[in-house]
Amino acid sequence: MKLPDLTELALRNLRESVLRNSLTTIGISVGVASLVAMLSLGIGLQQLASRRLMKSGLFDTVVVTSRRDLRNFNREEERNGPAPGESRILDEPTRLEIEHLPNVVEAYPDIRFITELRYEDKPHLTMVAALPPSAQTNDAFEAVQGHFFSSDVAPEAILQKAFAEELLGKTPKAGVDETSVAELAAPLLGKELTMRYAQREAASIGPSKSANDNSTAPADQSLAGAAYSVVSREQKLKIVGVADLDPESMRGPTRARVFLPLKLAESLHVMQPTDLREVSRAAGDEPVYSSVSVRVKSPSQIQTVEDTVKKMGFNAFSILDASKSIQQFFKVLDVFLGIFGSLALAVAFIGIVNTLVMAILERRREIGIMKAIGASDGDVKRLFFAEAGAMGILGGIVGVALGWAIGQVINLGTNIYLKSQSFPPEHFWSVPWWLVAFAVVFSFFVSLAAGLYPAGRAARLDPVQALRYE
Amino acid sequence: MSSTARSPQSAPIISASAIHAEQLCRHYRMGETLIRAVDGVTLTVRAGEFVALLGSSGSGKSSVLNLIAGLDRPTSGSVTVHERNLAQLSREELAKYRLHTVGMVFQSFNLIASMTLAENVELPMRFAEVDREKRDDLAREALARVGLQARMNHRPSELSGGEQQRAALARALINRPQMLLADEPTGNLDSHTGTEILNMVREFNQQLGMTVVMVTHERALAERYAQRLIFLADGKLVGDESNLAVAAEPEPVRAEGGQQ
Repeated sequence: MKLPDLTELALRNLRESVLRNSLTTIGISVGVASLVAMLSLGIGLQQLASRRLMKSGLFDTVVVTSRRDLRNFNREEERNGPAPGESRILDEPTRLEIEHLPNVVEAYPDIRFITELRYEDKPHLTMVAALPPSAQTNDAFEAVQGHFFSSDVAPEAILQKAFAEELLGKTPKAGVDETSVAELAAPLLGKELTMRYAQREAASIGPSKSANDNSTAPADQSLAGAAYSVVSREQKLKIVGVADLDPESMRGPTRARVFLPLKLAESLHVMQPTDLREVSRAAGDEPVYSSVSVRVKSPSQIQTVEDTVKKMGFNAFSILDASKSIQQFFKVLDVFLGIFGSLALAVAFIGIVNTLVMAILERRREIGIMKAIGASDGDVKRLFFAEAGAMGILGGIVGVALGWAIGQVINLGTNIYLKSQSFPPEHFWSVPWWLVAFAVVFSFFVSLAAGLYPAGRAARLDPVQALRYE
Repeated sequence: MSSTARSPQSAPIISASAIHAEQLCRHYRMGETLIRAVDGVTLTVRAGEFVALLGSSGSGKSSVLNLIAGLDRPTSGSVTVHERNLAQLSREELAKYRLHTVGMVFQSFNLIASMTLAENVELPMRFAEVDREKRDDLAREALARVGLQARMNHRPSELSGGEQQRAALARALINRPQMLLADEPTGNLDSHTGTEILNMVREFNQQLGMTVVMVTHERALAERYAQRLIFLADGKLVGDESNLAVAAEPEPVRAEGGQQ
């Protein structure tokens, strides 16, 4: 029998016992829906996680340090690489060299220092770090109160929530809901902070070289015999933003609570801890960086860049491996969710077998007639397969729609909840096109498999017996 | 198949053998007992012949018909139809044989209840993979031939027994078989309708040169239409006589390859 005829006959047969076949098809739909729902949730969560992690800048960043920096990330390298004393210095030419490597978006020095900030004449000691303009896309600044730096040299600061609390003299009470960022930001935005810092100045050049209007009288604090002197200075900063999340959560104890624009921070020539270490070999005014953050075009190129940088004689570190295990986790999660989804489909599978076996009993005579007038075993088998397949495709399509609808409802419900908890809405439910296609095809093949036994049984039916059956 | 031109006066009525059964047996085992439904039947039916298989119920006449129809396989012996030994055909080949070589009508009509008459008549052509457009025309034609053109889109349940049997006849002949096998075709019909159906069968036999084997237990009916009466009892052939009254009738027949 030709395929169009087969399909037509199958659909007509399905319409004949519309209730039973509809129920079976609904069974398949529920199975497919649960499969789609589970997998969508898995995929959605994975996408959410990787979106968050991507934006966090963790997965496209390689942190480069000099081998001279003994706070090594990798003890192995330390042992195998060249002796720290012989390795290269991480200075401006090296930074440029790294920045010009293929696939590198930017390489910016990691400027951070502990210093004193005065707010309303009260001193606060904290870690200050510089942020490149690209940090604007960082996840942590998505929900920032106020705004990001207006320019890379603007005398502005963004505070971390905890520091804002400190400035306002609020200490979070245990067990009580934290103060909202908006509440903290309101009195602080637009206010001024005075940062007092130690400026590193080349000894040969006058103190006014990088001085700005806010500098106070430079006390003569030059270090005798060194290539530079250290001058105490002040810088006024306008508070433009308060960030809820911690953009440097990965930094652990060295994470900063106040952020400055990178170019501004560079121009301040703040004394860095490495400066002291490099004192014996520092030449001139060129700063030496303790570490340089290298942003790579995409996480897939991390490894290449990391290897190249290592070959240049530096330590390089990325959390690529961590991301790998996260991806692995989600793959495993997908498999588990898929298995749960498939359980429902397995029940539907049995439903199809049952329906078709019942159909054989009911249509025994009809099968006998068809055989008597010339239907081959193959024709009968294919007819039952077509019926199973049609139910599968139909159930698959309805199931995908149902699964999608369930997802939308759950997404909506969760977002209403998130909103009530004053969190930004999230899209953690994703039904990609491949999943739609996969679900329908899967449902089709599962149904065909379910039709295997009934179709075989129908085909083997003895026509003489079948015709005798009333 | 014989292929001489029509010449009623001189040609032998029947030439080649259409069906030949040799020591045909069909035994069933039912628990401890062996049922010999057909037990060593040897017979020959010539092409274009109208044969009636007579016998009381349980005599094995339907079993013989099923064996000729290729619906069943002999336990031993052979049944050869148009030089093909059915016992040696595969299931697939038997299905093809049923599709193209034989047409069947039954006592209970055996139309598919969920289909209209047109669809019922069309069904064998679907199995034969005839093109859709051609199928529609042929089905309409076949139903018109049995006087049911107005009932094409009715379901069997909406029709009388006679009409259903006429539709079944149209279906049996739709793939232009060489042989019509009828199992008690009038068993469920009143005598008037039965006569009407058998007139039609005779018409096909005579006009199309179709071999007809009809199972019946009504001797009178058989005598009126069949050229030959074969009697069965307990699975054995117990009588085989020519029905001179019918055989001598005008418009004798020769087969023409089952073609119209």
